[in-house]
Amino acid sequence: MAASGTSIDPSLRHATAADAALRQVSEPDSLVIRFPASEPLRLDSGRDIAPLTIAYKTYGELNACKSNAILICHALTGDQHVASKHPVTGKGGWWETLVGPGKPVDTNRFYVICANILGGCMGSTGPASLNPATGRPYGVEFPVITVGDMVNAQARLLDHLGIEQLFSVIGGSMGGMQVLQWCARYKDRVFTAMPIATAPWHTAQNIAFHEVGRQAVMADPDWQGGAYYGTEARPSRGLAVARMAAHITYLSEKALQDKFGRGLQNRDAHSFSFDADFKIESYLRHQGSTFVDRFDANSYLYITRAMDYFDLEAEYGKLANAFTGTKTQFCVVSFTSDWLYPTRDNKEIVKALNGVAANVSFVEIESDKGHDAFLLDEAIFFDTVRGFLNAAAKKRGIA
Amino acid sequence: MNEETRAPLVATDQRTQRPVRADHLLIAEMVAPGSRVLDVGCGDGALLELLISQKDVDGRGVEISRDNVNACVARGLSVIQGDADQDLSGYPDKAFDYAILSLTIQATRQPKVVLENLLRIGHRAIVSFPNFGHWKIRAALLFTGRMPRTPNLPETWFDSQDSHLCTIKDFSDLVALLNAEVQDAVAFNSRGQRLAIKNSLSLQNLLGEKAVFLLSPREKS
Repeated sequence: MAASGTSIDPSLRHATAADAALRQVSEPDSLVIRFPASEPLRLDSGRDIAPLTIAYKTYGELNACKSNAILICHALTGDQHVASKHPVTGKGGWWETLVGPGKPVDTNRFYVICANILGGCMGSTGPASLNPATGRPYGVEFPVITVGDMVNAQARLLDHLGIEQLFSVIGGSMGGMQVLQWCARYKDRVFTAMPIATAPWHTAQNIAFHEVGRQAVMADPDWQGGAYYGTEARPSRGLAVARMAAHITYLSEKALQDKFGRGLQNRDAHSFSFDADFKIESYLRHQGSTFVDRFDANSYLYITRAMDYFDLEAEYGKLANAFTGTKTQFCVVSFTSDWLYPTRDNKEIVKALNGVAANVSFVEIESDKGHDAFLLDEAIFFDTVRGFLNAAAKKRGIA
Repeated sequence: MNEETRAPLVATDQRTQRPVRADHLLIAEMVAPGSRVLDVGCGDGALLELLISQKDVDGRGVEISRDNVNACVARGLSVIQGDADQDLSGYPDKAFDYAILSLTIQATRQPKVVLENLLRIGHRAIVSFPNFGHWKIRAALLFTGRMPRTPNLPETWFDSQDSHLCTIKDFSDLVALLNAEVQDAVAFNSRGQRLAIKNSLSLQNLLGEKAVFLLSPREKS
């Protein structure tokens, strides 16, 4: 067998799926709110975005006094389909084990909102959206955004829905960064907050991994300086490599070793080629190729950039200052084997909250599944979420 | 000693249906209603729940055991997974009305630093601890020549987390060293009968199995 790397090449199958994904940019399978050009969103960079579209999903019923709303903030490659079928992949919601009727985030009691982030590619304004100045998709003309901008856009959505105060803001990873930013920027609008498997700033190592991913995308000739929309080609190989590298950071060494070890993929011996001999290679290639079916490469660049810029301490001088005067009840959660946003980083949040005598719980969940543990079926994590929300709901008078 | 002070301290925990620890009942008596409380080494949250239900406190906890923390948070208590030795320094001065350390000081690495932090964080500190000066322990050491094991301190010396056991007199010395004021101090025996320490320190040090101290930092002049 000749040396090849064919399994991550874009194929016709990908083209069809990618077209379906691209349709979500302009016609998402979810609710949409469009703010006209006359109501621009002022970004942290000083630039404006207009018009602004936010695509979102809701689950459950908003009660009469609008006190039972929970905002779920999604992570880098997540979207608004938190507890319902993904319109492109057909897979279940990315957090459907946690969110739903009778689940820890119980949609029989709570009104759950999840919006695609600003800069995303599932219907909210992002680099694949039309640039009103040119009539073409933004591409790299899209302004660089921040986690703060994402949160400001979500606040616009809540204004539109008439929700003054959220019962809770919950999110893991970059979703957790949004949670922290919410608590810093909109202190009175957050009753409880659950930042999960996250960090108050991006470390050098975090930025380093993201830079590898961005360089992989930009090194793909099909990226075409970001102006690939409307052409035959898409930077699928670059994006797949970015995803493969990132995916390693989501797992623990032990999880990789236990699941794959040195196992061979559909063969008994090494092929003496660059084919995917090892199970782990095959797995990563699969992760890469399925990811490009549903995600826009430019969105990946912009969102990773926003995460790299995230630094609450720099924004407020001292991390504790971000939370001065907060009345929000916090529950910070980390996972023992998460080396992307380790317990150490999560404890910095706890320390800062203690420093302003905030009401904070902190739970480190024992898990060998790495950063991804927050998305998986972890019984103790679920108990924590359920218990924390139930106790707070009692205080808030939610039936 | 009058009848009241000889009455055993008994009550049943509503949730577990187990008897409430005598030192918890004594601590609950010392805490003013509606106050802000930090329970350092809060275990399964029994004291916090008692204080919340009886005294309507705004209670927080710090606990080293992950399982205990998970159980506390799942029951709606505000508890942090942390360590009395490492995680108290981050709290601001006078953040709480009471900083409580119940049967935990003997397991800390630096009891003096921990107590200093308690007196800094809380307007008052409440500390309960097993009294190593109790006559049974003295007798056990004297007659067996081995580290005493009692129902109160059941572990062998090599399994025990208790690296800094002290007597009531030792603890009083530390309080004096830190220039703190003893507002109240109660020793009690194995049947939960309380003995007022202030009357005779030596006697209470001999007869008290455990003790609870209510302390306040002396205002600097």
